[in-house]
Amino acid sequence: MSLELNIDELKKELEKKPWLIEELKKGPWPGFITEYERMAARKEITKRMMCQLELSYRNRTTLWKHGGAVTVKGYGGGVIGRYSMIPEIGPPSGSHTFRVNQPAGWFYKTDKLRAICEVWEKYGSGLMNLHGSTGDIILLGVDSPEVQECFENLLDVGYDLGGSGSVLRSLSCCKGPALCEWALIDTLDLYHDLTMTYQDYLHRPHWPYKFKIKISGCPNDCVAAKGRADLAVIGTWRDEIQIDQEEVRNYVKSGLDIEHIVKNCPTKAMSWDGNELKIDNKECVRCMYCINKMPKALKPGKDRGATLLLGGKATILHTAFIGWVIVPFMKIEKPYKELKELLEKMWDWWDEHGRYRERIGELVYRLGMNEFLRAVGLPAVPQMVWHPRNNPYIFWRPEELE
Amino acid sequence: MPEIEFKGQKYIVDEDGFLQEPEKWSPELAEHMAKIYEGIDKLTDEHWKVINFLRDYFKKYGIAPPIRILCKTTGFSLQKIYELFPSGPANGACKVAGLPKPTGCV
Repeated sequence: MSLELNIDELKKELEKKPWLIEELKKGPWPGFITEYERMAARKEITKRMMCQLELSYRNRTTLWKHGGAVTVKGYGGGVIGRYSMIPEIGPPSGSHTFRVNQPAGWFYKTDKLRAICEVWEKYGSGLMNLHGSTGDIILLGVDSPEVQECFENLLDVGYDLGGSGSVLRSLSCCKGPALCEWALIDTLDLYHDLTMTYQDYLHRPHWPYKFKIKISGCPNDCVAAKGRADLAVIGTWRDEIQIDQEEVRNYVKSGLDIEHIVKNCPTKAMSWDGNELKIDNKECVRCMYCINKMPKALKPGKDRGATLLLGGKATILHTAFIGWVIVPFMKIEKPYKELKELLEKMWDWWDEHGRYRERIGELVYRLGMNEFLRAVGLPAVPQMVWHPRNNPYIFWRPEELE
Repeated sequence: MPEIEFKGQKYIVDEDGFLQEPEKWSPELAEHMAKIYEGIDKLTDEHWKVINFLRDYFKKYGIAPPIRILCKTTGFSLQKIYELFPSGPANGACKVAGLPKPTGCV
């Protein structure tokens, strides 16, 4: 850090008006500065956070230190420690972030939300962010002495911390059967069941790095699971798309350009003869395009389950990965035994072989899909394409050759 | 930097209580740190098994061991380690053992 921090000069800088952060109140999008000011009038920590933010903009650098080890008793994750480089001006004893585990599908009762706000206003800065990209409620800015009590009060409201660090992160699922006609699996129940089953992994870091599970009810993938989750569970079907020909004709009569839809089918699995729509289900890749276009006429099949994809992530050791299919179809039914057994085998293998901060997708990339499949006992199947139109080449092992 | 005082001597620690001068660590100081940070009245043989392993590993490799290795070597489950050190292996056990703060990550 090359910046020389002179506290007296920084204090003088704050006297220069107007502040740069005033700019963020302008324009069509609501900024967060108005909320900052409202809370800063009541809370000292929030006022100090705002002063530090202004100085960060003026000096074009962050004024937060790197790292910080803040936990509540019994947990290793859930609180992200942050300390100010200028405790004389910014928060003097930390401004830590709480991740609070969101309920399945982000359904809240308003009285619970109010209770969370009250706890946070009492112990923290009063500022929150719904939701972070992991899906948790993000509570921004609590100082070290208040951390434990704040946590205990959140527990009393009925909320628990989410994941941070090398843990199973808070899961994420779409609204599924609660709201959506396309839900092919009960995303909410699966979310809740896995969250409760793996509490230990969620709160206490075990692994080389983080592990994310996201559950989408259908291939529309509204929680963007395949690009972000180490394990994406995406609802799908393995029989035939249900077609109501009468409704198809109604769509056409009312002006729908069906030729356009047929032409846009990515695998050219559809045909329209002016009276009847045909779908070659063997060629269908479950992209949902036609179903989204004609929701009254087309429905997913009746034999439903999920496709599992492994390794979606943003750039860290390697470049960004999109999920890699490991199980083309699995029935998703309570108590989810098959899925849990697979998960646990994956974790064991990753924990045994993974390097520090290596995501499971990166480990598969380093050691090969073949190694992974052997370790977890899955068969190699053609659906495991690495990139579209790319053969993954499952090689023989030396001992298998004569 | 904050300081803690023990038997008339001052020890520099960081905001989270991690010892900044590792050469000053002693078993008596560990007892004291366990008391003030973890609320442990008296370190038992089980606590010392964890602390000694952490220190040995650190001396050998220059880093704190992965959780898997800590559990395997001591024979304690992770849950057991949290029972021994309520703030966990990193923020609790490593701190008492006088190891530097593990570089955390969100």
